[in-house]
Amino acid sequence: MPNLSFNGNTYHCAEDQSVLDALTGHGVSIPSSCRNGICQTCMMQSVSDNLPTGSQNGLKETLKIQNYFLACSCHPKEDMEVSLPAVGTARMQAIVHSIEPLNHEIISVGLHCENPVDYRAGQFINLFKDATLGRSYSLASVPTQDKHLVLHIRKIPEGRVSNWAHHSLKPGDVVEVSSAVGNCFYVPGKPEQALLLIGTGSGLAPLYGIARDALAQGHTGPIKLYHGSRDVRGLYLVDELRALAAHHDNFDYTPCVSGADMTDASYAQGRALDLAMEETGKLAGWRVFICGNPEMVKVARKKAFLTGAAMQDIYADAFTLAAA
Amino acid sequence: MNDALFNKLGGEGAVDAAVDIFYRKVLSDDRISDFFDDVDMDRQAAKQKAFLTMAFGGPNQYSGLDMRRGHAHLVKKGLNDAHFDAVVENLAATLQELNVPQQHISEVAALCETTRNDVLGK
Repeated sequence: MPNLSFNGNTYHCAEDQSVLDALTGHGVSIPSSCRNGICQTCMMQSVSDNLPTGSQNGLKETLKIQNYFLACSCHPKEDMEVSLPAVGTARMQAIVHSIEPLNHEIISVGLHCENPVDYRAGQFINLFKDATLGRSYSLASVPTQDKHLVLHIRKIPEGRVSNWAHHSLKPGDVVEVSSAVGNCFYVPGKPEQALLLIGTGSGLAPLYGIARDALAQGHTGPIKLYHGSRDVRGLYLVDELRALAAHHDNFDYTPCVSGADMTDASYAQGRALDLAMEETGKLAGWRVFICGNPEMVKVARKKAFLTGAAMQDIYADAFTLAAA
Repeated sequence: MNDALFNKLGGEGAVDAAVDIFYRKVLSDDRISDFFDDVDMDRQAAKQKAFLTMAFGGPNQYSGLDMRRGHAHLVKKGLNDAHFDAVVENLAATLQELNVPQQHISEVAALCETTRNDVLGK
């Protein structure tokens, strides 16, 4: 009879019993609804890799690869250690390795961690100013390519963490960060699939990571990145991305400026989302990544879906602002 | 639950084939799109999948009370018979698009009909 470890306790699981029934049968409260592997309300995460077949049916690829499973559809054959999603975001210390301006309002912060951090480009970590005040920032770095964790931090008016990062933080400082979480990242397995990446502002950070990660993992299908800003000075990493495009035949980069006074022909005129949709047309079969301004993310997600992208192929991260 | 109907339609595979088509239809239908316009589209898609599984006669454990509770907030926002009809209409159009025989579509519609009063809180 397999045992389940959950929150430091061990529970017996009868033969053919689901994790959901076993835990709730022992009085543990696990959210659930349909109990038939469809609604995904009872989603949990496994520490162990021995997930029984069928326990991940219908989950997005990025969830599967992180050992998420549906408790109602998981009938363990062996002992398992499980948790509810998004807990276990352990904290660790990092040393600020570098701080460089990317444009007039965004800095790149490189962080060095003593032990290698398990993360995927495009996930995010929380950066803590002190024990209780932290903000989420996406990872622009790629584990196999970059020595340090890299965050792009935009200065938010009255933003307590971003202003601290811009004005007080310096190389050598020790800061606290959380482990990486999030479901917006590249999963290998369909190297020929077309990828569309749309971002605004510092929403470029995860996309810069995802695009380079996909290329490093040998993606052969087209990868199209649209980065938008109101004016030219809001764009950044333009030279790096142009160089990347010059180096890889299957990677295209379109910097987009939506302000009316744009005359420089080296930038596309219009909003990133509109230009991306105009140039790609129907998105059936595409994998789409959308990051940045919450309103843009909401509209883009819906548009991508309505123009044919499958729900399972749309990955989005809205950069919501916490109350200052 | 109606195993016979669920199997005739093609079981889980049929639900997977139908869910994106159906969700696109209701999101594009001005009569009802507001009820489906969730910021969390993944969560909303999972809900549509649960609905289709039930409507296809597949395994589910939703009771009439679950249906009432699950839709009470929408009834407060004005969910009524016309909206219910529009959803069933979109579901039928989805199945037509997937070349499901009319006879099976009628069975699905009849199954939906059994939930009407609970969904609308009558």
